[in-house]
Amino acid sequence: MSVLEIRDLHVSVDTEQGAKQILRGVNLTIKQGETHAIMGPNGSGKSTLAYAIAGHPKYHVTSGSIVLDGEDLTAATVDARARAGVFLAMQYPVEIPGVTVTNFLRTAKTAIDGSAPPIRTWVKDVRTSMENLRMDKAFAERNVNEGFSGGEKKRNEILQLELLKPKFAVLDETDSGLDVDALKIVSEGVNRAKENTDLGVLLITHYNRILRYITPDFVHVFVAGQVVESGGPELAVQLENEGYDTYVAASAAAAEAIASAEAADAAAGVVASPAVNA
Amino acid sequence: MGSRSHTDGAWSERPVQTRSERYASANVGDFDEPTGREVDWKLTPIKLVRDLINGELDGSPLESQVAVAQPVDGFSLAWIDRTDERIGSAGLPEDRASANAWSHFDQALAIDITGEEPTGEFIVSRSGLGTVARAAHTVITAAPNSRGILVLENSGDARIAENVEIVVGEGAHVTVVTIQEWNDSAAHLASHFAQVGRDATLRHIVVSLGGGVVRVNPSIHLSSPGSNTEAYGLYFADAGQHLEQQVYIDHEAENSRSRVKYKGALQGEGAHSVWIGDVLIRQSADGTDSYEENRNLVLSEGTRADSIPNLEIETGNILGAGHASSTGRFDDEQLFYLQSRGISEEEARRLVVRGFLAEIIQQIGAPAVEERLTGAVEAELTVTV
Repeated sequence: MSVLEIRDLHVSVDTEQGAKQILRGVNLTIKQGETHAIMGPNGSGKSTLAYAIAGHPKYHVTSGSIVLDGEDLTAATVDARARAGVFLAMQYPVEIPGVTVTNFLRTAKTAIDGSAPPIRTWVKDVRTSMENLRMDKAFAERNVNEGFSGGEKKRNEILQLELLKPKFAVLDETDSGLDVDALKIVSEGVNRAKENTDLGVLLITHYNRILRYITPDFVHVFVAGQVVESGGPELAVQLENEGYDTYVAASAAAAEAIASAEAADAAAGVVASPAVNA
Repeated sequence: MGSRSHTDGAWSERPVQTRSERYASANVGDFDEPTGREVDWKLTPIKLVRDLINGELDGSPLESQVAVAQPVDGFSLAWIDRTDERIGSAGLPEDRASANAWSHFDQALAIDITGEEPTGEFIVSRSGLGTVARAAHTVITAAPNSRGILVLENSGDARIAENVEIVVGEGAHVTVVTIQEWNDSAAHLASHFAQVGRDATLRHIVVSLGGGVVRVNPSIHLSSPGSNTEAYGLYFADAGQHLEQQVYIDHEAENSRSRVKYKGALQGEGAHSVWIGDVLIRQSADGTDSYEENRNLVLSEGTRADSIPNLEIETGNILGAGHASSTGRFDDEQLFYLQSRGISEEEARRLVVRGFLAEIIQQIGAPAVEERLTGAVEAELTVTV
């Protein structure tokens, strides 16, 4: 069984004001077939976690590691991670002018599998997946994401998820901006992938709306770049009712306590602990 | 540094003028030496081509430098004198480099297209022109109702100013492709003049992949009712290369139709492309249907793509007239997206550029030439990646 492990992950991002620490020691272990929901307020670093797992060059891992089946992917290229079995369904998929969906899918499939898919079954697979996602046939000949609506882009992400058959998928706010019909269609696609390929899912979301259609095994509350609490599906319900306020307040109080402890240490002439992130 | 793109309707750049009033003459003495501020020279690095614009040119015929790949039924080729009546039948120079070439050539290369049945493409190659500043003249004559694909290939060293005349007879349907794959030091200033006859179609395709300064300016005159042109262009500017095309479509006759589509990629420090698209729809051109567009794909920092569409419409009774221009980057997010699907960086770049330019290559209609150019474009990608 495959396992994706995020170990004490610290990630910073370049900003105009210099490097800014976003993730402050994330620990997660996801086994194949499991669905983990990451829930947190805006700005908590959820999307940074998604990008860092996929290897976006803007995000720098300052310590910790990303390990898939014992293989350390922390320094691997973006494409090597994808070939190893990691998939990111993006929140804002970009347009690729001049490259049709058909050409793109075949090229990606060939890259992932290491050889071109058998033409007959491949064409059938693409057609079936598109039908399942209620995507018009004409999509295949359009350029990737060019002129797609928000919902069409998300469906196109799930189409790739179904066809590329990764071991683990990170869904970065795939639910955002979808109406309920599109949300159901997209969720069905994810559930099919889970059923067919025993996909492990890291589902990043702000709301628990999508969790009505994709049942999580675990729910993690994400605040200020860390997992602050983990539980079962009932935690999502609690968050729905109570919001993130308690967690945000607790996190802020903790940060303040650390800061004042440091100040006190400094006043006492003690060298500040390097473990300020803890 | 950084990539700059520039697009405007030109009206803000210069006083309103009509392209139809631009001065034309075959005599170099009738043109002042350009300063670089003129509308048709301001984007050209003229200090690199002053010899071609102002200097003496060697106008001897390029008999040993011009080769025909293989004879094709319906095509013939000959060297003709300056006094031949075909010379000057398609147009006259509108700039000094063109007039300088016209004033200096000794003999012209005449290519006749007479076959009415579609045959294989006729490929005329030019290479080994050396570094002496030269003048050349070519006259392409497509007989009424003829069909054919003519490919003019250029490679090696060259410093050449030239004129190419294209006369398309009534009902003819021909494709003229010019391919510039010169060495990096080459300079090539070409003016093409075309007259398209009644219900005839000229498909005109300019492919510029190599050369230091390459400027190919087609002027296509839709001078007979029902005349039609499709003008395509593809360019790939590498570091230090200047690739320019000023396209002029002159709708003179009623029910004429034009489609202009130029696409270019730029990669490397100092890569510069220029596309100026002038379309004039005269008062006499009722029922005109016209559209022009230019698309640029910027692959790296330090490049510049100038894209300037101009549309002049003198009659309200037209089917359509429009233009579009865009210059976009191949950006890191696209790269990330493709790589996140397992595609290597190199393959990702190839995918995007090939997809972008294939649309033009596929217009040629000669599979062997298309295949070779697809390979050449991919080779361009590896130059500085």
